[in-house]
Amino acid sequence: MNRTRIAAAALALAASFQAGAQGKEPLKVGALLSVTGPAAFLGAPEARTLEMLVEELNAKGGVDGRKIELIVKDTGGNPEKAISFAKQLIEENGVFAIIGPATSGESIAVKQFVNDASTILLSCAAAEVITTPVLPYVFKVAPKDSYAAEMIFRQMKKLGVKRIGVLSSNTGFGKAGKEQVEKLAPAHGIEIAASEVYDKAATDLTAEVTKLKAANVQAILNWSIEPAQSIVIKNARQIGLAVPIFQSHGFANVQYAKAAGAAAEGVMFPASRIVVAESLAASDKQKPVVASYKKGYEARFKEDVSTFGGHAYDALGILVRAVKEAGLDREKARKAIEDMKGFVGTAGVFNFSPEDHNGLSIEAFEMITVKGGKFVVLGR
Amino acid sequence: MQTELFFQYLVAGLTYGTIYAVVGVGFNIIYNTTGIINFAQGEFVMLGGMTAVTLAAFVPLPVAIAAAVLLTMLVGALVELTFIRWLGRPTVLRMIVITIGVSIMIREAALVVWGESVRALPYFTGDEVTSLSLWGVHVSPQVLWSLAACVAIVASLWAFFQHTPLGRQMRACASNRDAAALCGVPVRNLVTLSFALSAGIGALAGCVVSPITYTAYNVGTGLAIKGFTVAILGGLGNSTAAVAAGFLVGVLEAFSVSLLPTAYKDAISVAILLAILFVRPSGLFGSAEVARLEARG
Repeated sequence: MNRTRIAAAALALAASFQAGAQGKEPLKVGALLSVTGPAAFLGAPEARTLEMLVEELNAKGGVDGRKIELIVKDTGGNPEKAISFAKQLIEENGVFAIIGPATSGESIAVKQFVNDASTILLSCAAAEVITTPVLPYVFKVAPKDSYAAEMIFRQMKKLGVKRIGVLSSNTGFGKAGKEQVEKLAPAHGIEIAASEVYDKAATDLTAEVTKLKAANVQAILNWSIEPAQSIVIKNARQIGLAVPIFQSHGFANVQYAKAAGAAAEGVMFPASRIVVAESLAASDKQKPVVASYKKGYEARFKEDVSTFGGHAYDALGILVRAVKEAGLDREKARKAIEDMKGFVGTAGVFNFSPEDHNGLSIEAFEMITVKGGKFVVLGR
Repeated sequence: MQTELFFQYLVAGLTYGTIYAVVGVGFNIIYNTTGIINFAQGEFVMLGGMTAVTLAAFVPLPVAIAAAVLLTMLVGALVELTFIRWLGRPTVLRMIVITIGVSIMIREAALVVWGESVRALPYFTGDEVTSLSLWGVHVSPQVLWSLAACVAIVASLWAFFQHTPLGRQMRACASNRDAAALCGVPVRNLVTLSFALSAGIGALAGCVVSPITYTAYNVGTGLAIKGFTVAILGGLGNSTAAVAAGFLVGVLEAFSVSLLPTAYKDAISVAILLAILFVRPSGLFGSAEVARLEARG
């Protein structure tokens, strides 16, 4: 007991020496992110974004004189690891809030536990079930997958597609997406002629796309977040299946398009506007936020921004605003997020409410396509 | 099923099969000279692919691949020199623990060096959308490259083991280590060579399949499991059998997709493995007598 107190005192002392934080209790933020593993394209940019942002904020004196203390745990995309790290962050590190997990499966696994510990969770994953039904302390900053499916079906209708093949990975994200797609397809008059679930570590999907070819589909819709989504495109083109290919918002890291090379041309998917920051109108509300994040991130890490890093940016921004309003009172801070309106983030404009812990509307999405190895807004 | 689709599935199966087969062959070489199952075999495949991708940015592709193979052979030899050589007569369990440890070390080192991102070599011929159409069946040229590499590896191994003095010494070492040592065969050095050789084969495989499957620091484990499966299935120690078993598993997996949901694909290969091991414990092509003698000795 004594030792912890001394350690705490030492920490506080150290903190007060740095940039004169006047000994205020730091804001401890935990992050559960898949920095490595199959979902590394999500977690790694998220972790980098948080590090960059925390450094920037602390250099400016922190949040109301509070230093932000960031503790990142690499879950490797594994729900079991996410649970044990969540326990560690809450019980040992005593964090005020947790950002992440990056994937839906992990978010679903940890949400009840984190909520019961009265710790704010800002998930960066998409699955709707993370915030339906609403748990008081659980929020998510990635747009819903039903909106993504809705956007895709609207585009399919425009192209006159009636018969599709669905591929998804065996992860929380893939599963949740597949459910939404199956639920919403009939309303749009679209028939799912074949639906296949593949392993998240799949390295070749020729047999799966052959099955879709046999089913005479008019378009392919793939729902996953792993490198397999690049492999699907290549394999489809290699067996001579020339139908339009749609991807979920999980495709919104340009690395995936680069990995599929020439095969990625013309792939369509919904994503938030950050991936097309350059082509946004100057009047766009999101333009300043998106541009400043993009500039900072790309200058520092020498890689393109993705929507995923943007989720971490939004999550920390929302948390900081709540703490500015409510201080380090968990219940008050939670309430502050719930009542937050008009927060302009990289994913869109957030309007939270007690019934909606996601806060984004379908307007957060734009249909994007791949042209010359780059993401561009579809139809422009 | 239409013939065209039948052959399309077959091609998919051959693609999977080559990948499994070349990894399986690597297991066999080390097993033959040492009786060890090297669980770091998948990491050699990864190292080959990653090194080649890095080098390909500076030198032409064939040079990058050759250099990657040589570097990985060096790593293979170093692994043996550092971790295996000084052990007298290690138990199987100890060897398993050591090779798994080595595989984790290599993987973590690769994470530090290359980070978590996924890479691939460019397609050797054409690009991601190129496909050759043979009687209505579409094949990516890279699949043909990997098939050719697989055949070349097996053929040159066969020639090496049958027709060179060094290969004969390695076989002698495999059939009876003590007797070989008494006849003046430098057993220890041959073990090092076998590690280098299987690392080199793994690396070559890693280069050839990387445009198809991509490569990342953590692909080794998955590859090792499949390669191990086909090595066992074919009968440990027999490289040609491992290749046959690799194609068998690959083709069955591909056709299983046509009938069953994809989710069962991996279950199918494990089920086949179990079924065959119940009936033929020495593997499909393994000799029952050898298995019995080995169990006794």
